[in-house]
Amino acid sequence: MYRYNDFDTAFLAERNAQFRAQVERRIDGSLTEDEFKPLRLMNGLYLQLHAYMLRVAIPYGTLNSAQMRQLALLAEKWDKGYGHFTTRQNIQYNWPKLRDVPDMLDALGEVGLHAIQTSGNTIRNVTSDHFAGATAEEIADPRPVAELIRQWSTDHPEFQFLGRKFKIAITGAAHDRAVTRAHDIGLRMVRQGGEDGFEVIVGGGLGRTPMIGKVIRDFLPKADLLPYLEAILSVYNLLGRRDNKYKARIKIMVHEHGIDDIRDRVEAAFAERRAAFSGIDQELLAELEAAFAAPDFRVAPVDAFQAAYDSDPLFRSWADTNLDAHKADGYAIVSISLKAHGETPGDATAAQMRVMADLAEKFGHDELRISHEQNVILPHVHKSDLPALHATLKRHGLATANIGLISDIIACPGMDYCALATARSIPIAQEIATRFDELKLEHDVGPLKIKISGCINACGHHHVGHIGILGLDRAGVENYQVTLGGDGTETAAIGERAGPGFSADEIVPAVERLVLAYLDLRNSRDETFLAAYRRLGAAPFKAALYPEAHANAA
Amino acid sequence: MPRPFTPKVVTANHLLEGDVIYQTAGNDWTRELSEAEVLRDEAVAKTRLSFAEQQAATVVGAYLADVKVGPRGPEPVHFREDFRRTGPSNYHHGKQAETPQPRT
Repeated sequence: MYRYNDFDTAFLAERNAQFRAQVERRIDGSLTEDEFKPLRLMNGLYLQLHAYMLRVAIPYGTLNSAQMRQLALLAEKWDKGYGHFTTRQNIQYNWPKLRDVPDMLDALGEVGLHAIQTSGNTIRNVTSDHFAGATAEEIADPRPVAELIRQWSTDHPEFQFLGRKFKIAITGAAHDRAVTRAHDIGLRMVRQGGEDGFEVIVGGGLGRTPMIGKVIRDFLPKADLLPYLEAILSVYNLLGRRDNKYKARIKIMVHEHGIDDIRDRVEAAFAERRAAFSGIDQELLAELEAAFAAPDFRVAPVDAFQAAYDSDPLFRSWADTNLDAHKADGYAIVSISLKAHGETPGDATAAQMRVMADLAEKFGHDELRISHEQNVILPHVHKSDLPALHATLKRHGLATANIGLISDIIACPGMDYCALATARSIPIAQEIATRFDELKLEHDVGPLKIKISGCINACGHHHVGHIGILGLDRAGVENYQVTLGGDGTETAAIGERAGPGFSADEIVPAVERLVLAYLDLRNSRDETFLAAYRRLGAAPFKAALYPEAHANAA
Repeated sequence: MPRPFTPKVVTANHLLEGDVIYQTAGNDWTRELSEAEVLRDEAVAKTRLSFAEQQAATVVGAYLADVKVGPRGPEPVHFREDFRRTGPSNYHHGKQAETPQPRT
């Protein structure tokens, strides 16, 4: 993993000292709220419905145990004992007091974490595949490149006042776990003629105008990445719209001008930018690649794993859903579900954070990951350690065996916390998970991604949920719209709106009808919800959602 | 024809605590909606909002919120205001956990 050098540490200390002074000037009246707001947003501090909210970046989702323990300390000392992991690999604290925030930022700085550019019209936290460096199916670990982008984009003077926020995601694997096609820029590592490079995707995004990104370069040599990113950003900075906030994202620029026109402009800018790069970025990248070298994987028998798998049904169920194949023999990637049935998706208590940190230190080469699906990953665990690890997870409410299943729901904070929300998300997620747990159906249903947003801004990624749910305010009442057939992976698709929305009381039964219909419609247990939807189209699913309309039409 | 003016209160977030506050008739702030000053006249409401906005050292984001007047004073019209006066629904946190409310 990357460790801050003296420059990083000094930069962050100075930045935090600046913010401390800004907070003092706001409190003593020297700064108005209009003057202070952009300053606090640059440092991740929002004012939400009930309190301030501090959003802390977890760059490309990677943490060590000391960092996770510090997140626990913040939760306990300055919040209400928990934190909320988000769909962009951040953690949010929902209850800080203004005077405490500079101390929180200093505490984060002690372990090499910050909240810079987690808000505002800048390049946001760079997100990545949460299995990076562990999965066997990747070309290379994308995190050294992600760290390079973090360092390049942090406080980049040209890109501090973009027309709108700007999100970059990167993956090194063919299977896209980083939703690269729904980002302003998506980077997919590819290899061509023995050379490593990137497929560069631009203009994807969700929100009120969802779009799947378009390929602007099918092969960009690795060494050209930063000048090419600068070229895209510089074109966007000048050409992107600033007259209308809702038309200001790069996706609108790409849509209005066309990808071919944008490609020509970017290539012209790239020719100039590349000439100005001296190669120092590649020297830094080489250092970063060394810092992210894989741990020394041990070679040991896996008999203990097999014995537990054969004898303990709870362990077997958990192993079947929460483990993924690792590139090293005898190892597994462990997903720890933060989606216990009926609990808030993505929330972890300080005690749970410490347990996960301890497990990472003891069994996981000191590494943790946060996924955009709001779970925690231990990327490198030897299989012989899994029974002991599982036993500890069970004691702390962290052994829910539901990764990728119907109760593994993404949900934004919604109107329980968010000032922008138009309806609640969390209670809907809680009720769906509880209901399908009661029905004991979720393992039978199999892979199914439900994603819930509490407003059109789509932090809950509802457009790319197999079943997407969007909470709206319809004449002063919460109302939930369903979309079907969305997909956030390499076969990305925007879900199709099914029809009229449902009230808060109707939405869970509607989802139940939909899922029961799928069980009847699938041609075998191996046909997933998404596959069945693609084979059959929307009609039979709509009929299940709206039985009365269907009966009237018949 | 202009729509008739409906009763309102001045509400905001507290600068230091960040929590929800309401303006009282005594030019003070309360954390209980039921203690808020109900404004029934549009011109008066504008004046009271302007008065709140001038208190930059105490409040952030003051605005007028619709209320209906019940037996226990003003109550929210919209569900957003109901959440603001109560707290989140997933945990017993926020105002619902802190009654009786301390006065500002």
